[in-house]
Amino acid sequence: MDDAHAAEHHHPQLGFWRKYVFSTDHKIIGIQYLITAMAMAIVGGLLSMLMRYQLAWPTSLSPIMAKIFPVAFSGGIMEPGFYISLVTMHGTIMVFFLFTAVLTGGFGNFLIPLQIGARDMAFPFLNALSYWVFLLSCIVIFSALFVTSGAPMGGWTAYAPLSAVPQAAPGQATGMTLWITAIALFTASGLMGGLNYVTTILTMRTRGMSMMRLPLTQWSLLITAILGLLAFPVLLAAGILLLFDRMGGTSFFLPAGIIMNQMPLAGHAGGHPLLWQHLFWFFGHPEVYIVILPAMGMASDILSTFCRKPIFSYRMMVYSMVAIAALSFVVWGHHMFVSGMSPFLGSVFTLTTLLIAVPSAIKTFNWLGTVWGARIRFTAAGLFALGFVSLFVSGGISGIFLGTSAADIQLQDTYFIVAHFHLVMAIAPLFAAFGGLYFWFPKMFGRFMNETLGKLHFWLSFTGVYAVFFPMHVLGIGGQMRRIYDPTQYMFLVPQQPVNVFISIAAFILGASQLIFLFNFFGSIFGGRRVTEYNPWHATTLEWSVPSPPGHGNFGVELPTVHRWAFDFAVPGEKEDFIPQTVPATVQAKH
Amino acid sequence: MPVLTEDRRDIITPPPVLPGHGGGGGSGDSRAFPVSKYQIALWIVLTTIVMLFAGLTSAYIVLRGVPAWQNIELPSMLWPNTVVLFLSSIAIEFSRRAVRKNHLQAMKTWLALSGILGLGFIGGQIAAWRQLVNAGVYLPSTLQSSFFYLLTGLHGLHLMGGIVALSFVFYRALSNRLTAFNHEPLKLCATYWHVMDALWIYLFLLLLLS
Repeated sequence: MDDAHAAEHHHPQLGFWRKYVFSTDHKIIGIQYLITAMAMAIVGGLLSMLMRYQLAWPTSLSPIMAKIFPVAFSGGIMEPGFYISLVTMHGTIMVFFLFTAVLTGGFGNFLIPLQIGARDMAFPFLNALSYWVFLLSCIVIFSALFVTSGAPMGGWTAYAPLSAVPQAAPGQATGMTLWITAIALFTASGLMGGLNYVTTILTMRTRGMSMMRLPLTQWSLLITAILGLLAFPVLLAAGILLLFDRMGGTSFFLPAGIIMNQMPLAGHAGGHPLLWQHLFWFFGHPEVYIVILPAMGMASDILSTFCRKPIFSYRMMVYSMVAIAALSFVVWGHHMFVSGMSPFLGSVFTLTTLLIAVPSAIKTFNWLGTVWGARIRFTAAGLFALGFVSLFVSGGISGIFLGTSAADIQLQDTYFIVAHFHLVMAIAPLFAAFGGLYFWFPKMFGRFMNETLGKLHFWLSFTGVYAVFFPMHVLGIGGQMRRIYDPTQYMFLVPQQPVNVFISIAAFILGASQLIFLFNFFGSIFGGRRVTEYNPWHATTLEWSVPSPPGHGNFGVELPTVHRWAFDFAVPGEKEDFIPQTVPATVQAKH
Repeated sequence: MPVLTEDRRDIITPPPVLPGHGGGGGSGDSRAFPVSKYQIALWIVLTTIVMLFAGLTSAYIVLRGVPAWQNIELPSMLWPNTVVLFLSSIAIEFSRRAVRKNHLQAMKTWLALSGILGLGFIGGQIAAWRQLVNAGVYLPSTLQSSFFYLLTGLHGLHLMGGIVALSFVFYRALSNRLTAFNHEPLKLCATYWHVMDALWIYLFLLLLLS
């Protein structure tokens, strides 16, 4: 700590590059993660707009698109292979490079030291390295869009054997190699980050900040980091095997007698394509909780602040997050119900999957208990946190259908799945992330985002996502396949086509309404209303006890001492309706 | 940068602890976390390595059940290699014990011996690869040979990481910066080394008992 004190008072004035670019300050690294992930979100979002264009008007000629994309729209109609590349790149970018990065990399870096009362991460250099490796992985995956043989086409799940054979499809050559490289780099970056998060939260909490006084955001980030440290190495193992199959001539995922593009594939024998699915989903299911858990933690803290009430049942919130994390490692088979697994094994995975409904429901009822009877302050951040709860429930309920093997066999690989996972693991975390941005923006940049634009953004987004994703359940039950390029090819899907058109129009409006957010975010960095107080939202946690933005070293000469938990809102007999964590309990007794 | 390590906690009085008051849950001084951040970081790294090899092990077990599985004859070099790595692990343990008694010269000798034995193991593994190649068994020959090269290669890479760390510790030892009260780098390195040793014995048994 003496070093940190010295740094606080005597650190030399750093130049622009050292201060804002090659920085080891966790706050700058957090913001770097946020902005990089936002750039990736714009790319991923634009890809989805192209997909929606194709799904609504699959056969109509478009000379304009042919001009913009001469190869992909040769003859004015989108090439099927290009569509599959869009699906693959959209999924990959959004799951890894937006959600995982923005929630753990962005908010994790910015908030962990500030909320636990530390001056920085345990290993600041490793932290910076983690960001730069992440940026490199973004560049690699982005470059996959521009290779002449095309972007990868294997889906974000990169199922073998298509991913293991470069000649399977044009995009499976260089494009797929870039995909594996990007994911390996991302894994390395994530492990460096996770190592920092766990070590920092465990060892660098300030005096009085016991584990059961941590804000829920911190608990969620700790559990998420542990999940990542256990899950990502398995993805790396699978990626190494895949790379050897592609480049070393091995046969881990390749059985004998494969025919690709009417050509028999010689030289491979014995491998098992399903092995990839097992390894991938052993990682993949924890991965979706790596995305949702920080969202849960942040939404809990934001909800409590704007409801002016303590979070309902703090301990159960912590325990249910631990339970969700533990269960996530024994449910991967529910992604593989149609892979020919034994029905008995299927029922075991059904049981473990449905068990997750218990802690998830506990959390949901606790959020409702927090909101119940509250005088809610409907700020943009609070609205997005409420929206998170709504979307989590809407997406979670369809999970009960899909986790049941008997129902899933019917719904597998239809738009019902697309609706489910978008709502529960993409849009819900996105709303929590928006909530987090509106909430912590004043702390990050010393200015407010515009509240009116924020609320407009919320209502357009909230109605937009329901308009886009709710009708997809209907399409799925009607039989529309996931990743289908042209639904009108099937007679039985033609009557549903107006729904596709409706979804696409809603998606374009939803996409356009995100421009309001971008304008608000970047405009407010330079022109937003200045924050004049440390604690504009009247919150309780430690980051609100320091200037906005906090200086180097976060806290003054002395690190803060914590005397209470993070949820002392509306304490009876108190003048103010909140008591920051730094206020000693003795003061409370005087009143 | 001076670091308050676990070893130093015995001789340096910790800062005074303010009594905890009420609040939502628990009290007490959270800063008295019993393990140093370097130790936690090391155990996290080891956990990720174990998960990496656990993933590969599960793949190995799944594929061992397919009809096309063919066992290869493991190179005989693996036996002396195992002994060498085990001796290396013992040497680093002696070094760790020597520094605790402040026998600094013995610490350096054992440390050097451990490094040399570690390098000997890597050399031995390369010789084992040569044995296989001479027998006409290559990476894609059979599923087990693919696993053999992959597992030994990945283990070797991780061990080389350990040798880099060991060289760093040895450099500190030579410049007399490791003492009975301050030798956390050596302790961490020894832990990593033991786990790499155990990992090799595990991998060897996995390959042997197919």
